[in-house]
Formats: sequence, C-alpha cells, structure tokens
Amino acid sequence: MTAISDAKVWAVIILLGIGTYLIRFSFLGLIGDRRLPPLVLRLLRFTPVAVLPALVAPMVAWPAATGGELDPARILAAAAAAAIGIGTRSVLGAIAGGMAALYLGIFVLF
Amino acid sequence: MTDQTRSAFVSGFFGSLPFVTVIIPFAMLFGVVATEAGLDLLQTMSMSFFVIAGASQFVAVQLLADQAPTLIILASALAVNMRMAMYSAALVPHLGAAPLWQRAFAAYLLVDQSYGIAIKRYEEDPPLGRPQKMAYFFGTIVLICPLWYLFTWIGAEVGTAIPPEYALDFAVPITFIALIAPQLKSLAHLAAALVSVVTALALAWMPYSTGVLVAAVAAMATGAAVEIWMERRR
Repeated sequence: MTAISDAKVWAVIILLGIGTYLIRFSFLGLIGDRRLPPLVLRLLRFTPVAVLPALVAPMVAWPAATGGELDPARILAAAAAAAIGIGTRSVLGAIAGGMAALYLGIFVLF
Repeated sequence: MTDQTRSAFVSGFFGSLPFVTVIIPFAMLFGVVATEAGLDLLQTMSMSFFVIAGASQFVAVQLLADQAPTLIILASALAVNMRMAMYSAALVPHLGAAPLWQRAFAAYLLVDQSYGIAIKRYEEDPPLGRPQKMAYFFGTIVLICPLWYLFTWIGAEVGTAIPPEYALDFAVPITFIALIAPQLKSLAHLAAALVSVVTALALAWMPYSTGVLVAAVAAMATGAAVEIWMERRR
C-alpha cells in the first residue's frame, strides 16, 4: 500500500472532527427550537442507508486485495453479513458471521 | 448534585451497559483497520478522540487508503454523520434549556448510543426534570466514550501484529454491511440501499470516488420518495 501523507491524514482528522462537531452542535447549540422542514428530516433519516452501500458495493465487486478480480470468498462473506444483519438485526452478529464466511471461503472452499 | 440528578445519572449509566459489548469490538476493529491503512498510533487515537463517530471514521480511513482527495473524503464522511443533525434537533425539546457549556459538551458526546438510550427514556414515564434529563444523557455516555478511546488504542496495538492473510482489508466492507443491514426495515430503506449500490457501481468510472456522492444523493431522494408514496397509499 502506498504511504498516505501525514499532512493529509491530519487535515482529514481535524476537519472531520470540526465538521462532525458542528453537525452535532447545530440545533442543540445554535438553531434551537426551530422546526426543520419535514422533507429535510426525511432526507436526513436516509443518509446512512444512502451513503454506506455506495461505498461498499465497489469494495465487494472489485476488491483491492485481489487486484480488482471478483472473488467468490468475498462475495460469500458480504452475502452472509447482509443475510445475518437483516435476519437478526445484530451488527456484531453480522460482522462475526461475515468474517467467519470470509475465512471459510478463503481457507476451505475456494 | 441533588439526589434526583444523581439517580438519573446512574440510571443512564445502567441503560448504556448493554451497548458495551458492541462498542468494544467495534472500537478495536477501527484501531486495527486504521493501523493497517497506515495511520500511526497518534493519528488513530486522534481520530477516535476528535470525531467519535465509528462509521464515518471507517469511511475516512478507507478513502485515505484509496488516495481519494481530501475534499471527497470529508464530503463522504460528513454525509454519513448528517443523521446527527436530526439527533441534535430531536434533543432540543429536552436539553435545549440547559446552560450553553452543558449543551456544548453534550454535543461532543452525541453518538448513536447516547441519543438512542436517552430519547427512549425521555419519552417514557415518569418524566424527568430538566437537570435530570441532562444528567441521564451524560450517564449514558460516561462509560461508552472512554471505552471507545481505550479499545481503539488496544486495536491499534494489536493490529500491527495481524498478518495480511487474515484478509482484514475486508473487515471494512463487512462492517459497513453489518451497520446497514439491520436498518433495512422498510421498502423505502431497501429501495434507497439498492439505488445506492447500483448507482455506485454504474458510476465507478467517475474520478476520485465522486460517484459515491452522486449515488448517495440519488439514494436519499429514492428513499424519501418511496416513503412518501407508501404513506399516500395507506
């Protein structure tokens, strides 16, 4: 893996810290008891489920570790994590099951 | 501190105990993944201290490792944290009258767990008084937050000792999937996730992961539209 420049890492840490704090402080500290438009509240509720799948999909389809080749063990792991997460609603269960499926795929099946 | 605020603080603390088992491995995993991506111990710890928002920290580290430009990293990671604006707004009726320094401190400690535990209690009987609500909020986070720092550190120390054949590169996507899957509880959420995946794959040719941002906007709009449509149909 190529090294990341120190200055860039620190810039991300500090700016992400400030930005995240301002998001948290926004209503509690500054805007107060003003109502958000219902449509804005609605859009905000979908942010995690809108952003994270977009980040995951290319990582599953073209994993960096295999040089971008589709990898059956990683597909199996992703499918297992999704199925367990939807079925049990347990984040930790899904992580554990996904990693177990990954090792099963890498060391046993494929 | 009066007896009432003390007991509110203590019951907030007990409310947070079930989440300890979630925070410990999640913090360790972040420590491991950040170290593997090339962050040193001080950088890894600083991120957990300044940001304290797990999912966005994983996003930032992943995009740093992918050599994405700083602005794209910030936009993606902050987009993941936008839900906290909603938390902040939801807490105003309960904590809005507290002194500014308390609200400023509570804002730093506003994470999924403290929000979720506190808002549930605020809506139950018997109602808490204003100082008790703030005490309860701080009670929910007094253990979780130090554990987040501590186990980030342990994970970072352990991470350097884990050999590459353990495929920890893939711990990040699995963690993201594990975070999203339990949230797919309505057709609107499913539709948003599906549009997010398909658009991101279709736009993977766009430079510097900018396709991710387009996919996120398209998915948010889809989720909101499907939800409105379902409400009208009822």
